[in-house]
Amino acid sequence: MSSLASGPAQRRRFDINGWLFVAPALTLIAIFMIFPILQSFWMSFQQGRGMNMTFAGYGNLVKLWNDPLFIQALSNTFIFFLIQVPIMLTLALVMAAVLNNPAIRFRGLFRTAIFLPCVTSLVAYSVLFKSMFVTDGIVNSTLETIGLISDPIPWMTDPFWCRTMIIIAITWRWTGYNMIFYLAAMQNIDKSVYEAARIDGVPSIGRFAFLTVPMLKPVILFTTVTSTIGTLQLFDEVANITGGGSAGGAAGPSNSALTLSLYIYNLTFKFMPSFGYAALVSYVIVFLVAILAFIQFYLARESDR
Amino acid sequence: MNPMRTLRSAGTYAFLGVMAFLSVFPFLWMAFGATNPTTDIVKGKVGFGDALSANAAAFFTQVNVPVVFWNSLKIAILQTLITLLVSSMAGYGFEIFRSRNKERIYNAILLTLMVPFAALMIPLFMMMGKAGLINTHVAVLLPFVGSAFIIFYFRQNTKSFPHELRDAARVDGLKEWQIFFLIYIPVMRSTYAAAFIIIFMTAWNNYLWPLIVLQSNEMKTITLVISSLGSAYYPDYGVVMVGTVIATVPTLFVFFAMQRQFVEGMIGSVK
Repeated sequence: MSSLASGPAQRRRFDINGWLFVAPALTLIAIFMIFPILQSFWMSFQQGRGMNMTFAGYGNLVKLWNDPLFIQALSNTFIFFLIQVPIMLTLALVMAAVLNNPAIRFRGLFRTAIFLPCVTSLVAYSVLFKSMFVTDGIVNSTLETIGLISDPIPWMTDPFWCRTMIIIAITWRWTGYNMIFYLAAMQNIDKSVYEAARIDGVPSIGRFAFLTVPMLKPVILFTTVTSTIGTLQLFDEVANITGGGSAGGAAGPSNSALTLSLYIYNLTFKFMPSFGYAALVSYVIVFLVAILAFIQFYLARESDR
Repeated sequence: MNPMRTLRSAGTYAFLGVMAFLSVFPFLWMAFGATNPTTDIVKGKVGFGDALSANAAAFFTQVNVPVVFWNSLKIAILQTLITLLVSSMAGYGFEIFRSRNKERIYNAILLTLMVPFAALMIPLFMMMGKAGLINTHVAVLLPFVGSAFIIFYFRQNTKSFPHELRDAARVDGLKEWQIFFLIYIPVMRSTYAAAFIIIFMTAWNNYLWPLIVLQSNEMKTITLVISSLGSAYYPDYGVVMVGTVIATVPTLFVFFAMQRQFVEGMIGSVK
């Protein structure tokens, strides 16, 4: 607030100046964000091919309910979300706690190495992982060499292993990213609290569970929400690892890696384009993101009491 | 030192070592892959081979590398500069010139962070079609330059912009736009550097929207080219790896050159 804008005329000039600063961004957001959201909503009540659409009321909802591919995409997305996000965030938290110990040597080196995957593009690393998980590829041959498996794992042809591969890939790409947030937050925690707990004989695992984790709650909430949004929007990886993005390619064996975003893409640009129905499926994601974010905020608030 | 503690610290280093190795290995794999023929890559060969020149030659004949690389670079740089200008102005405006209506709009903008891109792409695609912008680079970057996240980022950082500087400049008779361009931008250059990296990386790596909008080969970005080479039923991995190296080296370079700003930019918004 400016102390110099005191009179009403100055107050008005101050206000106009402020609007001028935000106007370009507001215009762009209105055109490329607000308008499409509203149009998408309107379109979700329409049916038809391409640009020729007619109002269909809740017709699309009925279609959605009876669409096995949609149910498949929805459950796949939930499997990725419910399994991958907790694994990744736990791993990130543990690594951050270990790396936060100043007695560890080469901390910077470890931190950089673990962070490095977030520098890659989603498409480039997807292709790399695809080449590592081929039947006789490096992953299977390593597992065979160390004696964990005797036959190659069918990563590309078995639904369970295909999903596992996707989960491994996403976890590789995003764990270091989340770890950086935890490390930054840990560095802001007052050291004397730890010292007091240590002198009182609380073991390090107890200090982690009862001091670090509660104090990191805002960051954990933040990473959970962003990871949730990310997983619900999963596209690049499944499209490029399983071939679901290419013309005619299925997303993994029996569509085991078909996600909602990939399904929307297919509905819009691959099958006979049905924009209205695709818009409705996209609103399912909006709805899920809103509900899950609400639940996460609610849980965080509840446990504060 | 007691044996229990030695054992535990050995365990810690083993854990960190394994994690660091797993994180870095795919980069090595990419480097190995670019030098090996595909037949060796799919057999899981670890180590450098002698097929680099053959792979590179094949990549450069299949792909018009200078054009594709230039497309990626042009889009990324333009998108970054325009986003920086437009969105930092807005972040500054929301923080300095506060009013009740602006707060309401700001909160609404923050809500749009939760809207997935999938919900926007169909109307955006139709809009670009009507505007005759399909298969242009303008269409690739335009929807992202008014970025809610970058506005948020700049508003958070503007809180640390010293008030005295602004007041002094106004006493000296500088206009508001002069204060922004001549004082705010130079003072906040580390904030700009961090934001530059974040936007550049997202633009360089963007996939879904360019995939929809760009249709002819001479307009495509390096990310799209890698995706289409990699999605063949039997991809020629040696050749694709050359592409992934070319796509990854610029971002690796930016990361190592500006590691501090990179990390700062990522976490700066949740301080």
